[in-house]
Amino acid sequence: MSAIITISHLIKTYKRDKQEITVLNDISLDIAQGDFVALMGPSGSGKTTLLNIIAGIDRPTNGEVLIAGTDIGALSETELAKWRSRHIGFIFQFYNLIPVLTAFENVELPLMLTPLSKSERRRQVELALSVVGLADRMDHYPKQLSGGQEQRVAIARAIASDPDIFVADEPTGDLDRVSAEEILTLLERLNKEFGKTIVMVTHDPQAANRAHIVHHLEKGDLIPQVQS
Amino acid sequence: MSMTKLIVKNSFRHTLRVLLTIVGISVAVIAFGMLRTVVTAWNSGVAASSPNRLVVRQAVSFIFPLPYAYKEKIAGIPGVTTVSWLNWFGGTYIDKDQFFARQACDPETIFTLYPEFKLTSSEISAFRSERNACIVGIETAKRYGLKVGDIMNMEGDIYPGSWQFTVRGIYTPRSKTDDATQMFFHWEYLNEQMKQDDASRADQVGYYVVKINDASKSAEISQKIDELFKNSPAETKTETEGQFQQGFVSSSGAIIGAINIMSYLIIGIILLVLCNTMIMTSRERTREYAVLKSLGFTGGHLFSFIAGEALTISLLGAGIGIALLIPIVQGFESLLPRGWFPVFIIESSTYVLAGSSALIVGVIAAIIPLYRALTMRIVDGLRFTG
Repeated sequence: MSAIITISHLIKTYKRDKQEITVLNDISLDIAQGDFVALMGPSGSGKTTLLNIIAGIDRPTNGEVLIAGTDIGALSETELAKWRSRHIGFIFQFYNLIPVLTAFENVELPLMLTPLSKSERRRQVELALSVVGLADRMDHYPKQLSGGQEQRVAIARAIASDPDIFVADEPTGDLDRVSAEEILTLLERLNKEFGKTIVMVTHDPQAANRAHIVHHLEKGDLIPQVQS
Repeated sequence: MSMTKLIVKNSFRHTLRVLLTIVGISVAVIAFGMLRTVVTAWNSGVAASSPNRLVVRQAVSFIFPLPYAYKEKIAGIPGVTTVSWLNWFGGTYIDKDQFFARQACDPETIFTLYPEFKLTSSEISAFRSERNACIVGIETAKRYGLKVGDIMNMEGDIYPGSWQFTVRGIYTPRSKTDDATQMFFHWEYLNEQMKQDDASRADQVGYYVVKINDASKSAEISQKIDELFKNSPAETKTETEGQFQQGFVSSSGAIIGAINIMSYLIIGIILLVLCNTMIMTSRERTREYAVLKSLGFTGGHLFSFIAGEALTISLLGAGIGIALLIPIVQGFESLLPRGWFPVFIIESSTYVLAGSSALIVGVIAAIIPLYRALTMRIVDGLRFTG
């Protein structure tokens, strides 16, 4: 399968006071379309930074990141924002739902950036919520939902605009085992049934087991992958 | 869901805080409106004065009279079209707390000089033809239930004795800023009485009001009038009606200045209150702004959210404040002694100032949160824990 994500000689450094810290050190990586990839490694290994760069919410210091043929490092902030809205679905560890919006309205948020009509948006939101099994909870506010349900709403928000790639940062990190399994099953479904590419950062080996490929990072270096 | 719905939902996220902010803005708008109204009332005489009218008074003090004989001499100065004269009567009507301006005037010229006091031609004819006739403003008529034909009995103080007047007309002001409380009666009636009671006070005029044909020549004509009576026992001081009114107000100038400054300080307070709320709000929502940015919302969208929220709060506060200002000003006026301010109204400019200030304050209050949201890196925002 052709690579949807091509990373070449990626270097990411930060300056803290006068000290330069290398977070990612000459990373090169291809991720094929429809892959389910897990990024693992100890805290500070650079896995979340790599995920953020793939998602277009952080920029590389050096190197090239091509996503579906687009060099995202060359895009302006506004172009990058539009690009993210079309191509990336975000799943965060702490769900990051807007508390004053219902499940329906939270899922509808990314669709506000599309030219869809109100009725088309409604259809799309209802479909997304039914995929995650929360069609009956669309009028509930986040505080009325369990952690697992909140994460499912967050996944529905991510799939609503039908992006090519899902980036998930510790999606089960704040959940109990049962809810975590549900979320991982859902991610697997997105990958298998809908052919979505998933890049997931996790500390949890059981979560990583659901991925096709696990990449390990250590102190900013990518160490040889393990095929599952 | 529309952007507007999102803005409104966000605006009322912390109901108590937002309500307190709105109440704070409303109270500030009411205080601003009240102070502006008091200043307007204070300056109403100046505002209502005409540039085509000059006031000629005794040079030493307004309380000293001028000879009636000056009338012909003033009328002879080029540029003067009408000369009228008035005497401040004072007096007591019902009791000493019932205050409104009462003046003896020349019935032939007074309403030519003051077209802002509107009367029918039959009322003017009736007034001119009867020696003890009087004209009252509609506010005074309403206050005492006066109608044409009614008798007004007064006790004189500056001009002692019992005085009786018959109401022959009720004038209405041309605009809301014109005084609708005054009373006018015949100068001749007063003068005849003086001839009988105290001849030394007869043929005396309190002050002259002179109409000129060219307002731009007011300084020149004023100078000519004053030169005419130089070195006489009653030298004159001539000034435009506006300057004359200003003279009364200027003694309270420092107070008015302070009130004016306070009214603008209140705008500053509104700004601080709203800035505080917006900064707290945006700080709490740092992570949400990061999420919105990651979903693809741009700086323009964030501007709409943050400025929209600030404007919703500020305009709501201003709207409530303005709505409450009207009954509060009316209530305040009723607490004042009758006739304290002949004109006590909220000027349209006060509404405009309050509304536009709220608008500007809303935009300014959004600047700091907006700057923070726009310059924040998404990854930093997502890590923010408050």
